Amino acid sequence: MKDTNTVMPNTDFEVRSLDTMCVNAENRPAKWYANLKYLVVGIAFGIVFVKAEVISWFRIQEMFRLQSFHMYGIIGSAVVVGMISVWLIKKFNIKTIHGETIEFHPKKFNKGQIYGGLIFGFGWAITGACPGPLFAQIGTGATVVAVTLLSAIAGTWVYGYFREKLPH
Amino acid sequence: MNFIEWIKQPWPWYVAGPLIGLTVPILLIIGNKSFGISSSLRHVCAACVPSKIPFFHYDWKKEVWNLFFVAGIFFGGIIAAQLLANPEPVLVNAKLAEELSGYGITNYSGLVPVDIFNWPALLSAKGLIMMVAGGFLVGFGTRYAGGCTSGHAIMGLSTLQWPSLVATCCFMVGGFIMANLVLPFILSL
Repeated sequence: MKDTNTVMPNTDFEVRSLDTMCVNAENRPAKWYANLKYLVVGIAFGIVFVKAEVISWFRIQEMFRLQSFHMYGIIGSAVVVGMISVWLIKKFNIKTIHGETIEFHPKKFNKGQIYGGLIFGFGWAITGACPGPLFAQIGTGATVVAVTLLSAIAGTWVYGYFREKLPH
Repeated sequence: MNFIEWIKQPWPWYVAGPLIGLTVPILLIIGNKSFGISSSLRHVCAACVPSKIPFFHYDWKKEVWNLFFVAGIFFGGIIAAQLLANPEPVLVNAKLAEELSGYGITNYSGLVPVDIFNWPALLSAKGLIMMVAGGFLVGFGTRYAGGCTSGHAIMGLSTLQWPSLVATCCFMVGGFIMANLVLPFILSL
């Protein structure tokens, strides 16, 4: 009989093969305050989000109705700048501030990117927010968005629960 | 116009887009981190309610940088709203304003429309769908897709990964279907 109380330890490969966004584990031992630099980058990022109205439900509605170029311009120019940066990093073999080689993690295709992508698209158009803007919206004083965020965490949890049964 | 007044105006796309794009090399250079936000939701699950789900059994403390990053986004929201807020109402496309007025959405004082997103509305069917069901779809869908706008559309496309292009196209298709075909019924509730 199978012992249901035993949780099999997952290998990194097993857990992460389908989930390319969980490849960022810290390998160097570091004190907690080493993470403050990410807080600072997050603050700058959050300010840009609010000031460019990326977190605006109205801007997202305009985007999905082709009534404004704003969001297309933002995402498009962000991708162009990101591409050029990554190209420069590879071309000149730029290292991190700790002297490590910068790693890129290839994403494998699976059907989740289609089904999950569509489901996220539905949610994006309803809430007018992807996960990042949810945090910024709460910061701007829209406290009820905390409910949306908790619900998004619940959605992530339910995905994890049914993950083995879903087509990938 | 002084500097503070100038910076309080909504920032144009050609300023904000490149700044958002620069997050990619900044995170790579300061700590070899791939830009991605939705994974923070997974780390919260792993930290708070992993239950016996293998998907949430990993050393989330090694990914804690991501939680610092999203906490920063929250504080950035506070700073922008308290110190740099645009005093004018949000400007939207006239067609959209006309459509939304038909659903009783007329308040443009905030980036999040208070006519839909407010605490009492949580008790209505419309509010439940917009806030609770909507949030659920965002959390479920991003994890199923393995990333959101940041991880797939920006980081994935920047590194020329075709699965991210597929995911990004599906985000857009889902959004178009919802905004144009389904949302009108939800907003009329």
